[in-house]
Amino acid sequence: MMSVIILLLLSSISVAALFLAGFLWSVKSGQYDDADSPPVRILFDPSSKTADNILDHE
Amino acid sequence: MAVVTQAKCYHCGDNCGHFPIRIQDHSFCCEGCKTVYELLQAHDMGDYYTLANAPGMSQKEEVRKDKFAFLDQASIAQALLQYHDDQETHIVLYLPQIHCSSCLWLLENLHQLHAGIASSRVNFARKEASIIFHHQQISLREVAELLSHIGYEPAISLQQLQGQSKPVIDHTKRYKLGVAGFCFANIMLFSFPEYLGIDSNDEQLRHLFWWMNVALSIPVVFYSASEFYVTAWKNLRHGFLHIDLPIVAAIIVTFARSLYEVFTQTGGGYFDSMSGIVFLMLVGRVLQDKTYQQFNFERDYTAYFPVAVTRLSEGQERAVALPDIHVNDTLRIHHGELIPADGIIMSGNSQIDYSFVTGESMPVLKEAGEIVYAGGKSMGGVVELLVIKPVAQSYLTSLWNKAEMKETPPVQKSFVHLLSKYFTAGVFAIATAAALYWQLHNAAKAWNVFTAVLIVACPCALLLSNTFTNGNILRLLGHHGFYLRNAQVIENLAKSDFIVFDKTGTLTDTRQQQVHFEGDELTYQQKLQLATLAAQSGHPLSRAIVAHLNMPARSTITGFLEIPGEGMLMGRGEEQVAMGARKFIVGDATPSDPNTSVYASIGGHLLGCFRIHNQYRIRIDQCLLQLKKNFRLAVISGDNNGEAYPLQQLLGTGTDIRFRQTPASKLRFIQSLQAKGHQVIMVGDGLNDAGALKQAHTGISVSDHHNNFTPASDAIIAAASLPLLPQLLRLCRANRYIILFAFFISILYNLAGIYFAVTARLSPMIAAILMPCSSISIVAITAGFSNGLARLTLLNKPTDESHTAA
Repeated sequence: MMSVIILLLLSSISVAALFLAGFLWSVKSGQYDDADSPPVRILFDPSSKTADNILDHE
Repeated sequence: MAVVTQAKCYHCGDNCGHFPIRIQDHSFCCEGCKTVYELLQAHDMGDYYTLANAPGMSQKEEVRKDKFAFLDQASIAQALLQYHDDQETHIVLYLPQIHCSSCLWLLENLHQLHAGIASSRVNFARKEASIIFHHQQISLREVAELLSHIGYEPAISLQQLQGQSKPVIDHTKRYKLGVAGFCFANIMLFSFPEYLGIDSNDEQLRHLFWWMNVALSIPVVFYSASEFYVTAWKNLRHGFLHIDLPIVAAIIVTFARSLYEVFTQTGGGYFDSMSGIVFLMLVGRVLQDKTYQQFNFERDYTAYFPVAVTRLSEGQERAVALPDIHVNDTLRIHHGELIPADGIIMSGNSQIDYSFVTGESMPVLKEAGEIVYAGGKSMGGVVELLVIKPVAQSYLTSLWNKAEMKETPPVQKSFVHLLSKYFTAGVFAIATAAALYWQLHNAAKAWNVFTAVLIVACPCALLLSNTFTNGNILRLLGHHGFYLRNAQVIENLAKSDFIVFDKTGTLTDTRQQQVHFEGDELTYQQKLQLATLAAQSGHPLSRAIVAHLNMPARSTITGFLEIPGEGMLMGRGEEQVAMGARKFIVGDATPSDPNTSVYASIGGHLLGCFRIHNQYRIRIDQCLLQLKKNFRLAVISGDNNGEAYPLQQLLGTGTDIRFRQTPASKLRFIQSLQAKGHQVIMVGDGLNDAGALKQAHTGISVSDHHNNFTPASDAIIAAASLPLLPQLLRLCRANRYIILFAFFISILYNLAGIYFAVTARLSPMIAAILMPCSSISIVAITAGFSNGLARLTLLNKPTDESHTAA
């Protein structure tokens, strides 16, 4: 009983730690610095003529 | 005259006038716009026009050919580069014209325009493009010229050259927030057994959870909460009791008591409440500290000056960096360039536009032998200038070096600080009283009760309501084109009772002039003749008249003669068309007429005169009318009193309107108001307002998108949002009431908590329930109220122009 709980405890905290590491990495790599261009950039396509103008409609 | 629907330029959206240039189905306002269109079509980049309507920049103002010649010099280029090796060069360029998704698309597809560009990436918020290019195929100068050619002229200022680039974004608060969130969530998880009443037989398991919590709380106390210790300690050293101090006390008390409980195995402590508070307060701080990266609130003249100028030595032109200019150098100043240092004109003449420096709305003619001061923009001819003062000592820079400019005004303290003082005193009184009571009845519990009161009644609710409301109001204001330096500015704005406006560039739009003709109505033929003559001159007044007449100017003319500062004429005899000052056309001078007028005659017969007025910004009259209800107003202008009458009409009687004000007298005017006890807001745009903006309790600078420089100030407002100023200020005033209301609600939660605490029944679970409840309701109240108020007061959303201006 005890050992199972400890196992669960360790796994839950390591999963959470992974998320924390992911968050710290995302901050460090500057993903929160510019929130405006990525959502527009993803719509650009070399051949697409349909990407809507997001920024002008906000 | 019949109203003709005029075509809009397919590239930049400007009005094309009666005679647009047409290609295929599209109209263009000028050759420049057409050229960009053709270039993009040739490279199969027509997508640019499908992503947004008329996304381009007006190309009417051509960029001078050698403007970026200075980038060929290794010493200047070196200071701007990020990275450089045998193959490639990395540079970050500030492109203030970036405004829509088409810009983003075009700038990230630069490699299609030139093979030498490896990649380019735009940071929309900062309006910057990071470009990597192969310098064997394209030089830095060519990159800058390519960008200018497609309408994104890089803004390179002296500030960058001196290495004072924009502040690097600080990530530490976000790291702290992440760590606090992680620990808080896990501590909550490990506290659940305690809340639910774990089987007390399982002592070992309980202790395991306790110790896990101790471990998890250590990063919260020693890393995430360090924000609060630093500010509290800094203020304490200066003798201030900062609002963070009671927070620090609460964290320490909670942590110490919780550790004591775990070590003595008497309980699980309050690690969950403590880490939750730290987490939520960090969320509030991160929201409140959201910075506007595209703005720099700390500018000085170095951001306004160009990087390099053309120096003449032994007949050779050479681009030199501004700091290398010395007295007795001869400079060549081209059309549209800034005069970088005080000097004497050696040859040539030019109209010098001082509107940004002195507030004069009309350019003044300067000829050989006259002294010109730094900061003016040369319009028209090319002049050669002998430098008489070094850049650092010129008239313009000396404005900054005055003692007033260096002084930082004392930091105004928020009313929240005062409130927190009373609150803290109250909490300590209650805690002490309760402890004394228990000392008499059950001495063992006295210490517990004392700490429990401090834990449950920490002023974090006050701080939370403060940071969350401020953060939300800042966000709402920013959404409407009003950007504040920090949260304290909201409160300063709310307290203000006096608003001082600058005229040129603030109330008026310097790009536009209102022209009306006084005299008999002109025939089509006469208009055509006048427009043809006016089109020959680059003088700003001539341009305004050309735009006003809106005629197809003939290109072949004979006998054109322009006498600078007086007027111009063409043709002979009955066909002679002349325009100019009254003295030039009529013969007598009327020096008393402060209005700007251009007289016109054909064949020696006087037709009348064009009167040129400042164009006031749209809806500025309503804005002033509304402001008058709550504020006293004044206008101080560096211009002459030609606009006295329209201004008086706009503002009504009893308003102080002053003309011909120097930067120093503007500053003194603000000081005199402050001496009378007024809380003053100064709204200005130019360098001549810089002193006043700094002296005022709140300085707001107006930013047009065609003019990216704003002097140092507490707030920046997009020109298109200026009419919304009354509503925006009302929102700032509401801020205080929202905070107080949220605080009142949190007091109710606190009273409930204190009830449990003084009766010695505060279990960790009750603390853990009260804490998030009070926090969540505060966040809900502040968000709900401020958003609702914003919707009520700002029903009229700003026009489309506002975000281009931003």
